Amino acid sequence: MPDVMVEAAGVRKHFGLNEVLKGIDMTVDAGEVVCLIGPSGSGKSTFLRCINHLEHIDGGTLTVDGELVGYRRHGDRLHELRDKEVCARRASIGMVFQHFNLFPNMTALGNITVGPIRVKGEPREQVRDQAVALLRRVGLADKADAYPNQLSGGQKQRVAIARALAMQPKLMLFDEPTSALDPELVGDVLEVMRGLAGDGLTMVVVTHELGFAREVGDRVVFMDDGVIVESGSPTEVLAHPREERTKTFLARIL
Amino acid sequence: MSRDASEMKVVPVRHPGRWVASAVVLVLVAMLVHSLFFSTTVRSGQRQPRFQWHIIDSYFFTATVLRGLEVTIEITAIAMAGGIALGVLLAIMRLSPNPIVSGSAWVYVWFFRGTPLLVQLIFWYYAAYLFPSFSIGLPFGPALFHINLNTTLTPFVAASFGFAINEGAYMAEIVRAGILSVDEGQTEAAQSIGMSRLMTLRLIVLPQAMRVIIPPTGNETISMLKNSALASVVTLGELLFNVQEIYATNYKTIPLLMVASLWYLIVTSVLMVGQFYLERHYARGSARQRPPTFWSRLARNLRIRPKSQNASFLAAGRAHA
Repeated sequence: MPDVMVEAAGVRKHFGLNEVLKGIDMTVDAGEVVCLIGPSGSGKSTFLRCINHLEHIDGGTLTVDGELVGYRRHGDRLHELRDKEVCARRASIGMVFQHFNLFPNMTALGNITVGPIRVKGEPREQVRDQAVALLRRVGLADKADAYPNQLSGGQKQRVAIARALAMQPKLMLFDEPTSALDPELVGDVLEVMRGLAGDGLTMVVVTHELGFAREVGDRVVFMDDGVIVESGSPTEVLAHPREERTKTFLARIL
Repeated sequence: MSRDASEMKVVPVRHPGRWVASAVVLVLVAMLVHSLFFSTTVRSGQRQPRFQWHIIDSYFFTATVLRGLEVTIEITAIAMAGGIALGVLLAIMRLSPNPIVSGSAWVYVWFFRGTPLLVQLIFWYYAAYLFPSFSIGLPFGPALFHINLNTTLTPFVAASFGFAINEGAYMAEIVRAGILSVDEGQTEAAQSIGMSRLMTLRLIVLPQAMRVIIPPTGNETISMLKNSALASVVTLGELLFNVQEIYATNYKTIPLLMVASLWYLIVTSVLMVGQFYLERHYARGSARQRPPTFWSRLARNLRIRPKSQNASFLAAGRAHA
């Protein structure tokens, strides 16, 4: 039986009076690729951000690799973690954003190396070699010294993936990684993600790319209005949805 | 009728208005030059040059003037260094979620921005009247640190304090604007690779905020340089004070004020050059092309450029025509 990487039980989150997550139960096994789909405003991105504590949750429990996200349990009390401890846990969870969020004041290589050097304190030379290898892996070996504004959207996103990978994460979160890209650039990014899935990396991907979900996802989870409507294998959810809401959504998007 | 477009002559639009404007400006400049350097006037029955450049020249490098200039530059440097440090601290405090911390920064800015700088300077000068001695210790307990303000609060110390503390209030708002100008996604990305709040601020947010912070800071530095003349009121021997000392005895008021003004202009010009290169440095990664330096722009205007580039430019122009 595989290890559980992410375990969510009754996760709730509200912004003011607006309840965005209304009790999410979900597990992600180590090595699994889970694709979260659903209409915008369904809470899928918020849930993803809860996994690495960019948003704190208001109810339920959420663990990554057996550790509570953002809290420590003491008997029946949850103690909020200090900034330093939250950082240490985040360092092992990679995240890729819709709008890349590359650091514009650093080169591609700088973006990739800043984490391992500054956060993990690894030796510069070694980090540099790894970063060059990562750039080669995402097909951008010649862009090491380019600044983000000299790269296309697809190239930026691939550098962002390399930046997350440089921290050697045990889990990767993708927040609509191809939504801000020109259609012709989507393929390169998905290609890299396909490679990562093939290498056995645990991935949670919020996406609108149903083709990718069908091909690469081990499991597809359909969310709407803060709840999980249905989840299952890509064939089950995408080709033979049981729920009416899933059918309507798929009909609209295809 | 259907001649090949590439053979046709391109006639640029004429701009007669620009020629008229240029002519007017040139005439005005000529009048100014004449008045400054060649005109004369009658003073106490004698015909003299209007601006007494020979007097300006004879005082320009005198020891008193240079010593004053030195103090002016020192006080500006100290005030700006202190102001920037205070400003960063106050900006971070303003953005703190703790209402006491952010509130106290707000009150600081409110007070020191809301009272006249001149009054603050005079206040610091006379602070020894309120606090003849100053000690830091436990409340109701023994003093751990003690100084006698009557002897230590020299005009220089008072002015440094006054300017730095006042400047801190302005810099706080400039730094805060800079920090707020950085996209929140940057903070999230930094946090997602495990950076702490402080590291995120230092490595990611502040370097990007610099682009927004530097231009107004350059402005502040130039203002400070000239505002330092206010310290003459608290008898600090800076440039204006020393020049006043001279013309108080020889009555050559206008030439000596011009000596001081020219020195202020010179230092300001140097500061502007420094600011330009600092901005260029922090423009890394923000603009596709960095702004040209003065020299490259001069070279371009004088048409000193590689031939091939010129040719391709013309070719492109013709293709459009």
